[in-house]
Amino acid sequence: MESNHRGYLDMELLRFTTAGSVDDGKSTLIGRLLYDSKAIFEDQLEAIERASKRKGEETINLSLLTDGLRAEREQGITIDVAYRYFATPKRKFIIADTPGHIQYTRNMVTGASTANAAVILVDARNGVVEQTIRHSYIASLLRIPHVIICINKMDLVDFDEKVFENIRKQYEDIAPMLDMVDVRFVPVSALLGDNVVDRSGNMPWYDGPTLMHLLESIHIRNDENYLDYRFPVQYVIRPQKQEFHDYRGYAGRIAAGSFCPGDAIVVLPSGHTSRIKSVGTFNGPLNEAFAPQSVTITLEDDIDISRGDMLAKNENPPQVSQDIELDICWLNQKPMQLNGRYIVRHTSNEARCIVKEVIYKVNINSIEKDYQDRQFAMNEIGRIKIRTARPLIFDSYRRNRITGSLVLIEEGTNETVGAGMIV
Amino acid sequence: MKKHYLNHLRELESESIYVLREVAAQFERPVMLFSGGKDSIVMYHLARKAFWPANVPFPLLHIDTGHNFAETLEFRDQLMEKTGGQCIVRLVQDSINAGRAVEEKGVNASRNVLQTVTLLDAIEEFKFDAAMGGGRRDEEKARAKERFFSHRDEFGQWDPKNQRPELWNIFNGKKRMGEHFRVFPLSNWTEMDVWQYILMEDVEMPSLYYTHKREVFFRDGVWLAMAPFMQLKPGESAGVRDVRCRTIGDITCTGLTLSSANTLEDIILEVASTRVTERGGRYDDKRSESAMEDRKKEGYF
Ligand SMILES: Nc1nc2c(ncn2[C@@H]2O[C@H](COP(=O)(O)OP(=O)(O)O)[C@@H](O)[C@H]2O)c(=O)[nH]1
Repeated sequence: MESNHRGYLDMELLRFTTAGSVDDGKSTLIGRLLYDSKAIFEDQLEAIERASKRKGEETINLSLLTDGLRAEREQGITIDVAYRYFATPKRKFIIADTPGHIQYTRNMVTGASTANAAVILVDARNGVVEQTIRHSYIASLLRIPHVIICINKMDLVDFDEKVFENIRKQYEDIAPMLDMVDVRFVPVSALLGDNVVDRSGNMPWYDGPTLMHLLESIHIRNDENYLDYRFPVQYVIRPQKQEFHDYRGYAGRIAAGSFCPGDAIVVLPSGHTSRIKSVGTFNGPLNEAFAPQSVTITLEDDIDISRGDMLAKNENPPQVSQDIELDICWLNQKPMQLNGRYIVRHTSNEARCIVKEVIYKVNINSIEKDYQDRQFAMNEIGRIKIRTARPLIFDSYRRNRITGSLVLIEEGTNETVGAGMIV
Repeated sequence: MKKHYLNHLRELESESIYVLREVAAQFERPVMLFSGGKDSIVMYHLARKAFWPANVPFPLLHIDTGHNFAETLEFRDQLMEKTGGQCIVRLVQDSINAGRAVEEKGVNASRNVLQTVTLLDAIEEFKFDAAMGGGRRDEEKARAKERFFSHRDEFGQWDPKNQRPELWNIFNGKKRMGEHFRVFPLSNWTEMDVWQYILMEDVEMPSLYYTHKREVFFRDGVWLAMAPFMQLKPGESAGVRDVRCRTIGDITCTGLTLSSANTLEDIILEVASTRVTERGGRYDDKRSESAMEDRKKEGYF
């Protein structure tokens, strides 16, 4: 321990989301991960012991750990995305915990939007069900790079290898429809702990990694886009100080690529060109900065640049357009209005827009497209076209999750009503 | 590919700086709430980094309960002097004198609840439209679902059922007249991350976090500091111990830890091996399991 704490300064961060139908054991699994990795504190443990006793349960109920607000405790269901944290000596983890209830597609979409990995639960007794397809579809739509299918409750099927293999085959049959990059399968018992953190003695036939081992080791460093070159300008820094008289710094978070002094850049939408003079931080200038670092860039030339502009390279330009086709997940009780006006927020940009066309809706339980239905109610997903009042500077979501994502905001209420992924 | 590697602290830092800049860009009159504790010190440090080489483009606001440790106030004033920051101070005592808040009675009296009145009055006085706080989602169950940008109605209240979905890194700070936002740039940090970051960046901390001798007494499983406005119950007695603060707040509700940790490394080791949450040591949260949630709804964090 003594010499270790500096090592703890050098961990990777993995964000993952969890999904499963109600009662597949998601809360138990998360509780197990936290418990076995010793991320649970004594006072929390005492609180759930008390609560377990109140409910008349004999053993402590790990699922109570992930239980949130009082209203939900009373209703006995979780209705929103909750974020949880734990760390092992290898990685720090952020879990976006989303409830499996059918009407909460929007929560899974929200949790999935920032995730590097998705853990999808399947009850070994039920195999692949409609909800498994739905969760997998959302993971693929949101381009979560890594998907782990946890086949849970293996204790209830006698830890039988055949059950596991059958479910794996079932899943592999539907996977091609889903366009997923990296899918793994782990047989677990969340309740008993088999293959969650500790290897199971009950399933000697399984020689793959435990869930925790996968979470600790899947390769995430290449998930960022280092091929393109994108810097959405977030804020212009102009110090009112004598020694920085002519300083104009462009602050932002790199959305793709690596930025070095001397790079030839183009400013969009104006098309002006210049070179990077410095890539600065409070801790000093950098020779290179890369996604997702927050930095401040200065240029050789004095050009007019403001929030919403984008620095890119002439030979690798993003798209600039007012007509945008996108996949959308509707998040609000009020249905989407065809020809309705909304505000679109995209990178550091904002513009008004009109929903021009509904191309199709997706039945997320069968992944079939419906070209007739034009109504988007809450939790529905499909493809639409919008026209913005000003051009947006973007990439396809498939190429870049930052420059390819947007939200729609309703004008009167200011609520975030739609989540869009540019095609 | 060692080249493109950002450790978890740098990634969290990057995210928080992004959030702070978003606040400066989206709001007209933001303010940063400053409590003198490690989270607000780290948040202020991040703000200095976010806008460097310019000054932090918003003031800080300290709601002083009048029950602060002397060290906290001294540290605050020195920090502002060193960094050229501006800190507005509003006193809970003034709210009490003006009849806007009523002091609690009895041995467990605390001004924690009253802070809300003074805070909402200050927000009104300066027409602040966004107040940044150092809250973290790992602190307490009720915070696990909190957004980075948390919308408050015109009464400063938080409606857990009516929060805007927050996707990717897109933050919606749009509001109507009279409404405001609470923003939590440190949402994704844990207590451990904060201490590791303080070590990595060499951020100066108040002496209260390190071991020192202090007159304390034990109540309901928590060590509390002796002060002129603290009353002992029958059977309680005060004595001098080696203690340090794990969180810093109002003296009436800041539980102290018996500890001999006197360096950042010691503190990190202590945090790594401790089996009680930070809030487990907060006397105010002990009042009920949903204490925090209730105070959030009223407009306190
Ligand atoms: N036998 C067995 N029961 C499990 C397992 N995982 C969860 N359960 C039980 O399944 C029920 C639902 O679990 P819970 O975690 O609340 O499901 P959630 O709705 O997905 O969060 C509870 O009674 C759990 O004890 C498992 O691996 N084996």
